[in-house]
Amino acid sequence: MSALVLIELHGAEISANSRAAVTAATQLSGAVDALVLTNDAANASAVAAISGVNTVKVVADAALEHVSAGIASKIIAGVMSDYQYLVAGSATYSKNIVPVVGALLDVQPISDVCEVKSPNTFARPLYAGNIMATVESSDEKILLTVRATSFDHAEDGGSAAIEELSVDVPESNSTFISLQESQSERPELTTADRIVSGGRGLGSKENFGLIEQLADKLDAAVGASRAAVDAGFISNDYQVGQTGKVVAPKLYMAVGISGAIQHLAGMKDSQVIVVINNDGDAPMARMADLVWNTDLFGAVQDLIDNA
Amino acid sequence: MKIIIPIKRVLDPYTQARVDKQTQMVDLTNAKMAMNPFCEIAVEEALKLKESGAASETIAVSIGTDKTVDTLRTALAMGVDRAIFIKTEGDLDLQPLHLGKILASIIKREEAGLVIMGKQAVDNDNNQTGQIISGLLGYSLGTFISKFSLSDDAQSVEVSREIDSGIETRRLHLPAIVTVDLRLNEPRYASLPNIMKARSKPLETLELSSLDIDVTPRVKVIGVVESGTKDRAAKQVSSAKELLEELTQMGVL
Ligand SMILES: Cc1cc2nc3c(=O)[nH]c(=O)nc-3n(C[C@H](O)[C@H](O)[C@H](O)COP(=O)(O)OP(=O)(O)OC[C@H]3O[C@@H](n4cnc5c(N)ncnc54)[C@H](O)[C@@H]3O)c2cc1C
Repeated sequence: MSALVLIELHGAEISANSRAAVTAATQLSGAVDALVLTNDAANASAVAAISGVNTVKVVADAALEHVSAGIASKIIAGVMSDYQYLVAGSATYSKNIVPVVGALLDVQPISDVCEVKSPNTFARPLYAGNIMATVESSDEKILLTVRATSFDHAEDGGSAAIEELSVDVPESNSTFISLQESQSERPELTTADRIVSGGRGLGSKENFGLIEQLADKLDAAVGASRAAVDAGFISNDYQVGQTGKVVAPKLYMAVGISGAIQHLAGMKDSQVIVVINNDGDAPMARMADLVWNTDLFGAVQDLIDNA
Repeated sequence: MKIIIPIKRVLDPYTQARVDKQTQMVDLTNAKMAMNPFCEIAVEEALKLKESGAASETIAVSIGTDKTVDTLRTALAMGVDRAIFIKTEGDLDLQPLHLGKILASIIKREEAGLVIMGKQAVDNDNNQTGQIISGLLGYSLGTFISKFSLSDDAQSVEVSREIDSGIETRRLHLPAIVTVDLRLNEPRYASLPNIMKARSKPLETLELSSLDIDVTPRVKVIGVVESGTKDRAAKQVSSAKELLEELTQMGVL
């Protein structure tokens, strides 16, 4: 009944969603190992410190730096012969790879698990989070991606063994060209305690700077609606929602965002929701704890001046 | 090069899903249905390739009961050349692994060089089917794409993928599966004359049972509850100072 957690690394840094995956795995199995696919075996040492992990299995090869789903899935499917569960944090990294593993192992994967109810039953959202379903797997092996907002993030404190696997990395039928990453000193969106999020109401990329200034004042991360990203106010990795990131901070401040179901899907579990909108009837206002029904430009400037 | 576009009929994305008290399942009777928004974008991208001369034929495929034909007709009206309807007996609980196997068999039969499809359907939000097809067929895979271009020699495509840390650009050797994100393009509307024309375009019906694919559910839905947003007791504030004080009191600043 052992579980393998697929770890997402950025250099030597472990993604928060992978720590949530370790927690979910420990709810399923007393024997949790981690798998790291990396270009540099040294990156695995940080993973060995996650408490709850018994052994870190490492596959290191220069070709794994921007690994394709095809290659990653073949390696993982091989390693899975020793495991019953594969658990990964819900993220574009795992969503790209885990279903391919499912095809190779003839298993139906389960996406976006929010709760482990039993060894083979799980809760997961449907319809942009408007429905929560309990699903039961009858597959021999179970492949899961789990929501980072629904499980505690396993902390450091362990000292797992590290085992390097020698695997022949197969040829890839796709090649990496480039990665355009946003650089920011601000807290990371999915793990931040506070988020200031801007929508179409900001009107322009220049005006969106107000959201960034307020975020800096509140030591918050910046988020955005799809309309704001589509309009080019900010890049795609800031989008919150059904097709963007799922967040559950202590404070979510929605500025000039109407509150379409697809946006709510990404932030409705926030602890305190603040809405600044000149339309007091916007759906967003109905689900807020605090509403400031006003023109956002003056309001945000006042907040920047007073915070 | 033939392009296959798998498409899905779903609950209209702007409609709230409801649970039927009697059946304890999501109630879709009389609900407004539509083509999955991601599929519209896939159709648009395929049509652009056809219009540029890079594709020989565009083929939409959908799986479901007779009502699914409406969605295929919409694709034909948008401009797709022909459609394949995989007909099921009643509403089966088909899962991405089943859909992947069904679609893989059609892709092989048609010898398609490129499959363009949505990255997810807005009902089950699985985000799996394209990936599964690539695993079954060994085709290269580009998920969550917001940019697409075919190479001059038509042997590969360059795609930009919207990933958590930004944008990744990759070259995929053909044959390939791409799953599209919403920012790839702006899908066209079907004009009235084209809706009329679509009625005479070829639509082939295949019984699912004739494909000899095991569709026993692997993952069963054993219960659903409505879990949408709850109205909170919104308190009105009217100044920055008041708002900041409230937040401090709530302990979130
Ligand atoms: C398949 C699908 C997936 C989607 N995924 C997502 C997703 O992941 N995330 C997402 O956010 N959306 C998503 N959407 C889009 C979603 O449906 C909405 O279109 C989008 O969220 C709207 O963004 P918005 O609230 O910024 O813009 P709008 O709806 O235009 O709202 C703007 C708001 O700003 C207010 N405003 C304007 N000017 C001012 C001012 N001067 N002062 C104060 N307030 C002002 C207005 O009153 C309004 O409430 C998706 C849609 C589809 C179909």
